[in-house]
Amino acid sequence: MDIRDSAPKKVKLSCSNLWKLFGQGADRFLSTNKNPSHQAVVDAGLIGAVRGVNIEIHEGEIFIIMGLSGSGKSTVVRCLSRLIEPTCGEILFDGSNLLEASAKELIEIRRHKMGMVFQHFALLPHLTVLGNVAFPLEIQGVDRKTREQRAIEIIELVGLEGREAYYPRELSGGQQQRVGIARSLAVEPDIWFLDEPFSALDPLIRREMQDEFLRLQSVLKKSIAFITHDFDEAIRLADRMAIMKDGEVIQVGTPEDLVMRPATEYVAEFTKDVPRAKVLTVMSIVHDAREGHAYDNFVLATDKIDAVAERVLDAKHGFGVQDESGRIIGEVNQEDVTRILIGRG
Amino acid sequence: MTFTTSLRHPDEADSALGTWFKTYAPWLLLFSLVGLLYGIAEYIPWAFKYPREWVIPLRFWISDAVKWLYNDATFGLFTFKEFTRGVSWVLEWPLTLAKSLLSTGFLQGQGSDAVVVWPRLAWVALTACAVVVALAVADIGLALLVAACFLYLAVFGQWESAMVTSSSIVIAVPLGVAGGLALGIAAHRHPIFEKILTPVLDLMQTVPVFAYLVPILVLFGFNPVAAMIATIIYAMPPMVRNTMLALHRVPAEIVDFGHMAGCSKRQMLWKVMVPSARGGLMVGVNQVIMLSLNMVIIASMIGAGGLGRDVLTALRRLNFGAGLEASIAITLIAIALDRVSHAFAHKPPPVHGKNARIFLGSNPYLSIALLTIAGTWALGPVLPAIQTYPENWQVTTGPMVNDLMQWLNVNFFDTIEAVKSWLLINAMIPFKRFLLSLPWIALVAVVALSGYRLGGAKLAVLVSCLVTFIAVTGQWPKAMVTLYLVGISVFIASIIGIPIGIWSARHERADRVVKVIIDTLQTLPAFAYLMPVVMLFRVGDFSAMLAVIAYSLAPAIRYSNLGIRQIDPALIEAATAAGCNRRQLLWKVQLPLALPEIMLGVNQTIMLALSMLVITALVGTRDLGQEVYIALTKADIGRGLVAGICVAFIAMTADRLISPWSVRRKKLLGLE
Ligand SMILES: Nc1ncnc2c1ncn2[C@@H]1O[C@H](COP(=O)(O)OP(=O)(O)OP(=O)(O)O)[C@@H](O)[C@H]1O
Ligand SMILES: [Mg+2]
Repeated sequence: MDIRDSAPKKVKLSCSNLWKLFGQGADRFLSTNKNPSHQAVVDAGLIGAVRGVNIEIHEGEIFIIMGLSGSGKSTVVRCLSRLIEPTCGEILFDGSNLLEASAKELIEIRRHKMGMVFQHFALLPHLTVLGNVAFPLEIQGVDRKTREQRAIEIIELVGLEGREAYYPRELSGGQQQRVGIARSLAVEPDIWFLDEPFSALDPLIRREMQDEFLRLQSVLKKSIAFITHDFDEAIRLADRMAIMKDGEVIQVGTPEDLVMRPATEYVAEFTKDVPRAKVLTVMSIVHDAREGHAYDNFVLATDKIDAVAERVLDAKHGFGVQDESGRIIGEVNQEDVTRILIGRG
Repeated sequence: MTFTTSLRHPDEADSALGTWFKTYAPWLLLFSLVGLLYGIAEYIPWAFKYPREWVIPLRFWISDAVKWLYNDATFGLFTFKEFTRGVSWVLEWPLTLAKSLLSTGFLQGQGSDAVVVWPRLAWVALTACAVVVALAVADIGLALLVAACFLYLAVFGQWESAMVTSSSIVIAVPLGVAGGLALGIAAHRHPIFEKILTPVLDLMQTVPVFAYLVPILVLFGFNPVAAMIATIIYAMPPMVRNTMLALHRVPAEIVDFGHMAGCSKRQMLWKVMVPSARGGLMVGVNQVIMLSLNMVIIASMIGAGGLGRDVLTALRRLNFGAGLEASIAITLIAIALDRVSHAFAHKPPPVHGKNARIFLGSNPYLSIALLTIAGTWALGPVLPAIQTYPENWQVTTGPMVNDLMQWLNVNFFDTIEAVKSWLLINAMIPFKRFLLSLPWIALVAVVALSGYRLGGAKLAVLVSCLVTFIAVTGQWPKAMVTLYLVGISVFIASIIGIPIGIWSARHERADRVVKVIIDTLQTLPAFAYLMPVVMLFRVGDFSAMLAVIAYSLAPAIRYSNLGIRQIDPALIEAATAAGCNRRQLLWKVQLPLALPEIMLGVNQTIMLALSMLVITALVGTRDLGQEVYIALTKADIGRGLVAGICVAFIAMTADRLISPWSVRRKKLLGLE
């Protein structure tokens, strides 16, 4: 049904049966109780921040972890990057067990393969923009000239040229986060963690940064774990997403999956106000192509209906639908598009 | 309090009486027991006066232990004595270097045959450097202040002594900062070490300085190096605390970032943590500087020369003219250094385009400073006035001050004496007698009960142990004299300070003036108060009391001011809307809400009063402080330490009782 499934992607980072309980005696509790319920954990006086999470982040995709405050999103990502040790579980990074990496190996992995962006930017106040962006390279021991050259390139990439000599305090929130993004990209990481990177920004800037982020990703094609508690942001950015509640992942799927086939009431509650046209792709309303008909116009099967609606509705004739390789796989008609637009999915 | 009672429903009167009874019954019981004690006093004399035979000879044990340590202890490769000599030897190098640079010039040869091979820094050069530093970290105003301070030193003939003092300070401060930083970092890294270190720091900050001068005197001798060691030990604790606090306050995200960037432990510390914690660390540096200066006079008791010794000698000879000038010199240095380091700590964050570094790279300030130094070295031999401020340009107010004193004594002696005697006879001495007559066991019981009510059994055990220690080591009568002086001084400081604090919190303009005064009061070294007080009132308890009041006044003002100010403005508006006039507002709303904070201020006042009281031993008190001072002159470690620890225990008892009360009260009032 979904095209993405037809060509399975390589898994970059995955975890299985990941648990993180805070509180005294968490280890002991978990070794005696297999799969304790939320209530059992609470009764034991522990905090079940992450409970039995399985997720896979594919190469080159934006994987969004979404949930309300306190649902354990940050804790999952902190486990995945080993900023904290999970209570139990397995984490595979490029096929090797991350939890077995020694302290030294971990430093190497982080220096070369991981980048992280923080909610409150976490810029170093005593360094300039240039110094901040070049910092991860400085830590690796790259010489000054090389690292500053590289930093200048990335600063340009995130649109901050001319601000190299500024200090973080002299920049607006949006600009500071651009520095944070540039800094995390300086080492060309394989996996890119972003923990609510835009939550501290006001809505207009947030929107702008999301566009910027999508633009960067279209160039860089990183594997991304992106945390947000904002469902609109999630469906705008996600290739796939996981919804978390009380430390558990309740559903993983494309935004379309979540909207069309919510696994629980909870997910349905989240998705009920989402405009269908924004999450459904053309693929979901494709009809068989008319035999022998020559189409003048085409849309991609992976396009969101919202994005092509205007073109389809304004046209005189039906549109053909192509897949990514340009093969014609069917057509869309105007009634279907209208039906989705007015919300009768 | 007042609200709740008036709002209570009549039905609750019963239970209110019940609570009242629950609160006060133990006290009633206790006081009737004490009454009973007086009734049977003849049969139980030991309850009133701790018997001499029961005293544990702790001070002799300590002295013996140290004697053994010093004479016989070895660490395998070297003996303890060699160890202390080694430390002295290592520290002597930088001290000699600093002294050569600032005071004596670089010498060749020994003793009186020594010849100067390279002159010291010229006074013009040093003044210029100081001004340049002030300009670099702040503005022209500070530069003028610094210039004025240095000119004072030169003009009033204090330069030589000031340079001796400075050479010790410029070595002690960096060492104190480095040591404090190292300990603070270690404590931050290893929570267990922090757990051990915290009570040690608590103790060090409450034990009077004199008490640890004694062991240093015995172990390191009477010389400038020993004095410097004492200064470092005294000045280091706030650096340790500030380091721990500042590192702790580095935002968690920044720490995470450091890890994610792949920092090694060392990179994490020096490239992420320390730069991010800079502000807090600089506050620590400022405090190290201030405490080092506070130590100047005290350190001269174990061999530091310079201004400290001048003041001490003048104080001993009652030569006020000379003493006052040296006192002022120390005070001015303290103010100048405080302002400069404060400005450096609170320097606005760097801005792009401006050179962010101060002493590195191509920098106009540095060039100016280097040029002056070079210039004065070149010109020095030709124009000696540049090198050393000429003696015949010096001014002294010494004789004038002495004349003034004479005049004051001739004309006002009787009045001053009358006031003094009246207070002594009618207030101070009766209070002292009363305290001395109290049965020690009753006081222990009162403290224990207070502890129990405030913090449960654990606190009760702690404070009663602290107080019992004083009795058991035979320090009770001296401790009562301490208590009397501290009590009366704190009482007076409170009735002066609290109203000023409250008044200034309610008047904007007064607030600004008061703030400047407190800031100045707090930079003055403890000894600065002693000289004028003794000049006017001679030695004795009365002078001691005045000096203690002056020294400990600041926190009473500051905290009361803060307590009133931090009340939620909405609450004041509500009360005004309800028809309170200003007077009612103060008594029914502001004071009850500010009381916990005011009590914290009183607590601080007690701490300062105790530390000052020990210093007033110099003007002839007869309390624990005197005991420590005598131990110092006799180099008797056990005696000094025991008395010092007793002072610390009095301070701790007060602190442990007042702080929890204030915290609980704040919680009750919903202030936290
Ligand atoms: N170090 C810790 N010690 C104890 N409990 C913790 C710790 N860190 C997180 N928790 C708890 O674990 C739970 C999940 O926290 P987490 O920070 O992962 O939530 P989140 O989904 O990221 O929320 P937010 O949107 O507020 O960032 C919360 O209940 C939190 O209180
Ligand atoms: Mg979070």
